[in-house]
Amino acid sequence: MSGTITETIPEPETTGSAHRAAGRGRSIATSLLPLAGIAILALLLLVVAPAVLTQFRLNNLGKYCCYAIAAVGIGIAWGRGGMLVLGQGLFFGLGAYAMGMHLKLEAAGPDAVPDFMLNFGSGVLPAWWEPFRSGAFTLVAIVVVPAVVAGVLGLAVFKRRIKGAYFAILSQALTVAFAALLVSQIKYTGGQTGLNSLTSFFGYNLYDPVNKQMIYFITAGLLLLMLLVTFQLYRSRFGELLLAARDGEERVRFLGHDPANIKVVAFVIAAVMASIGGAMFVPLAGLINPREVNALASIMLIAGVALGGRASLLGPALGALAVGFGRTYLSESFPDQWTYFLGGLFIIVILLIPFGLASVFPRLWRSIDRRRGVAA
Amino acid sequence: MTVHIASPDERGLDYLEIRGLTVDFDGFRAIDGVDLTLLQGQVHFLIGPNGAGKTTLVDAVTGLVRGTGHVGYRGQDLLSMRSHRIVRAGVGRTFQTATVFEELSVLQNLDIAGGVHRSAWGMFRSRRGVPTYVAEALETIGLAGLRDRPAGVLAHGQKQWLEIGMLLVQDAKVMLLDEPVAGMSAEEREETGELLRRIGAERTVVVIEHDMEFVRSYADLVTVMHAGKVLAEGTVAEIQADPKVQEVYLGRIAEGAEHA
Repeated sequence: MSGTITETIPEPETTGSAHRAAGRGRSIATSLLPLAGIAILALLLLVVAPAVLTQFRLNNLGKYCCYAIAAVGIGIAWGRGGMLVLGQGLFFGLGAYAMGMHLKLEAAGPDAVPDFMLNFGSGVLPAWWEPFRSGAFTLVAIVVVPAVVAGVLGLAVFKRRIKGAYFAILSQALTVAFAALLVSQIKYTGGQTGLNSLTSFFGYNLYDPVNKQMIYFITAGLLLLMLLVTFQLYRSRFGELLLAARDGEERVRFLGHDPANIKVVAFVIAAVMASIGGAMFVPLAGLINPREVNALASIMLIAGVALGGRASLLGPALGALAVGFGRTYLSESFPDQWTYFLGGLFIIVILLIPFGLASVFPRLWRSIDRRRGVAA
Repeated sequence: MTVHIASPDERGLDYLEIRGLTVDFDGFRAIDGVDLTLLQGQVHFLIGPNGAGKTTLVDAVTGLVRGTGHVGYRGQDLLSMRSHRIVRAGVGRTFQTATVFEELSVLQNLDIAGGVHRSAWGMFRSRRGVPTYVAEALETIGLAGLRDRPAGVLAHGQKQWLEIGMLLVQDAKVMLLDEPVAGMSAEEREETGELLRRIGAERTVVVIEHDMEFVRSYADLVTVMHAGKVLAEGTVAEIQADPKVQEVYLGRIAEGAEHA
């Protein structure tokens, strides 16, 4: 590239415009590739999986979808925003416990008190539990509570320009504290055992296979919806700005934006997604306890995102699904050694495909495209 | 030192006024009581040997380092504002090393700079077509043919033009350019100089530069800095005739020429 201005002015009009039109056509095809991916995933989750999987496996797949919903959010915050969110278990847990409280109250029946409160507490429902009798309040809380927590936390952290490892450690520490709090406050949270013996989901019996399948469909649908939201986000000007803030935070200031605000928005979106994933996890698993939301659970989430490819649209979701499958399959087949296998898999993927599994598809597409271009 | 034009307000001109600007790095005065008036419609060069405080001056004006004194622009004191607010007030800058977003296309780089004109909700919509101010900037900087290329593949000079284009899209009324032609070929320098002249008429353009040839060709007004202070100010001819400048500056130029 020699690069004087005169040399960069496009060629004579006819060839120039034809060339540009071809270039634009290709870029549209490439930019719609993620939509095709979402469509294929929709087909697999909504048509193929229910047809071929047993009730038990389908329910498991639903749980992986919950991790995948949280993972999509991590992709936004970490992949696009450069914030290593090591503690998404906190937000997964906020959503899960909000849902768990509602279902626990449903199981107890109107005006009754959850069983563990009779055993460990005063036998009186605490005032802050009371609103969770309302399903509508619970649904609002699942979105609003993590958004407020992440918003306040994000402003406090990013306005002070805390980033990198410091942010990662902070987010991880908060999750550790959150899990410890859940364990210690047994009379409010059920402690180590958490909230279990759930019987119904907004009035639908949790033991009825038809209802279980419905809950699976809702979860899979939510995952697809989150992917579509993220697709639009990445296409939007905000998506471009987020990428810019990741790659040149100081530079973004000189575009007239405070990068802290950009990061807070991405962090809040990630938190809400994690919370929605956590909320749907509860009716699928039939319980929630601190082990599902602790530091290890948070790391498993981020590991899935790294495996799938954090900066791509589908990578985080695919990675989370793969890790979910891998954990179940390996732990069933090799009860003693499965963690080593999983660890080995991570090392291999990171060595061979540093941008994650999802990066294979666009690369394949581009090479096909290029070959076609040469042929034409 | 007298200020050349006493009251730009009366002539309806835009200007940036620096009074008693001091930047202190733990006792070391990088900028020591600088008075400077930067006026619309002329390409104003800031020259001086390495360590004279040219870049630090720009850093202080744009909120990157803390300074004391007064930097007035349209009734606001820039020293009390944060960087992104200063940009929104209409004062933009570039950096010595071009800092475009390499993964974004030329078009996206320019478009992203237009965020100052958009509402918060508009940010969540995707771009449809090319806004007119982006198209105009693309033409002005001569990169229309490369608009869909990732900025990372641009040549060094083209990146600097892209940065200037981003300032145009931002609608920066004051442009502070830190060594925009460093590392450019003679041809590219000429193109850049013409570009600065074109955009300088309606704006306040300030250029930090080392290359005397370039300064001679395109400067309307030159300010020479030395050791954090303003040493001299005037046209190129006046500056070159100034014995003080010759003493501290021209000696260094000869030194610099050996390195080149």
